[in-house]
Amino acid sequence: MRNLISFIYRNHFFFLFLLLEVSCFVLIIQSRSYQSTSLLNSANSVSGNLYAAVSNGREYLLLKDANLKLADENARLRNQLKSSYDILPQKVFTINDTLYRKKYVYTQGKVINSTTNRRSNYITLNIGSDQGVEKDNAVINTDGVIGWVKDVSPNFSTAYSILHKDPKVPCKVKKDGSYGGLIWDGGDYRYATVIDIPTHVRLIKGDTIVTSALSDIFPEGVMVGFVESFERKQGDAFLTLKIKLNADFKKLNYVYVVKNNSKLEQDSLELIITKEEEKKNK
Amino acid sequence: MIIDVLKNIARFLILSLLQVLVISHVPLGSHFVLLPYVLFILMLPFETPKIIVLFASFVLGLTMDAFYDTGGMHAAACVLMGFSRTHILKLISPREGYDNVMKPTVQYMGKTWFSTYALILIFIHHFVFFYLEVFGFSEFFSTLLRALGSTLATFVFIYIVQFLFYRNDKISI
Repeated sequence: MRNLISFIYRNHFFFLFLLLEVSCFVLIIQSRSYQSTSLLNSANSVSGNLYAAVSNGREYLLLKDANLKLADENARLRNQLKSSYDILPQKVFTINDTLYRKKYVYTQGKVINSTTNRRSNYITLNIGSDQGVEKDNAVINTDGVIGWVKDVSPNFSTAYSILHKDPKVPCKVKKDGSYGGLIWDGGDYRYATVIDIPTHVRLIKGDTIVTSALSDIFPEGVMVGFVESFERKQGDAFLTLKIKLNADFKKLNYVYVVKNNSKLEQDSLELIITKEEEKKNK
Repeated sequence: MIIDVLKNIARFLILSLLQVLVISHVPLGSHFVLLPYVLFILMLPFETPKIIVLFASFVLGLTMDAFYDTGGMHAAACVLMGFSRTHILKLISPREGYDNVMKPTVQYMGKTWFSTYALILIFIHHFVFFYLEVFGFSEFFSTLLRALGSTLATFVFIYIVQFLFYRNDKISI
């Protein structure tokens, strides 16, 4: 016995080695059996947390990629949504009438982009030349005048809002028909100015301003707004009206695009006058 | 002495993290598996008691097993490597023996000595590890090829690391 102990003591290094190797093999065998779970596995608190931290870190590096994938997927899913399909606004129809000639064609559209805070504001509509929209068509809604079409593409069109620095909307006082012109001098989107109203018109606050027949763009009598205040500026022969626009430009949604069927004829006729005037001036 | 212990503990941690977080993601193919964490065992000072070497190897192996889900395969290979290290050091000791200022690096011991030392120990470790991984001799030659290729890869890696991190230690003889 003493010999054995002294033998082990002399070779303790080797026996320790054997002991460690045996325990290693016990671990290996244990980890290979299906019945028992391995004592050492990457789900323990140290390695598990380390792997979790690393994967958190890796996620940050891959965020761009992940974002791109999610955006792609979102776009794909959104494409399948019902709301991404428009009902085609094919509501144009013609009537053959021998007494009345159809002058205005209304097409229903939707505002998909609009601004109110710039000096010259624009609107984008979801209908275009395929739906019959043409340049210089009027844009109105149930509340009143909105603008007129600037450019068209097959399925979209852009329009000048009447909140624009170039005035193009002839209008009149509804109750007596005196002509004026609508301009917008920037600032508040709820108010506009009507100039050139004759001084003899007896106005009160709240009088209605509508579009006049002088326009080859807008139908006559479309609501513009109500008189808020009026004044006669120094040395001016006309009244300047501050009006409250009836249409809420912050809530534009469905609009009508109005096409004037006789615009071309009227324009070409008026062009002759313009040319003659030019000749005279020369 | 304390500083040496701390240095070795730091090396243990750094090499383990490097192995687990970085090296295991390096794609070199299945015939060149990099296991440079064994550098820890190679770099233990000459005067380290051999029992400490054995236990340190065992703990290192267990750490790797915990991360790689390999049961005790790394531990078994590391313990054998730690055990062999003592004998290999005796076998290839310089004529005048090891002295206290010497460290088992290329810079101190020379290219030939370090290459012999490292290659033998790395091969022992890798040989045991890859056969344990297969757990049998059914794929004897392909496993041998893997062990040889990985030994070479690990050795090259360790050799480069030596030049990267221990250049300033060089003493003029």
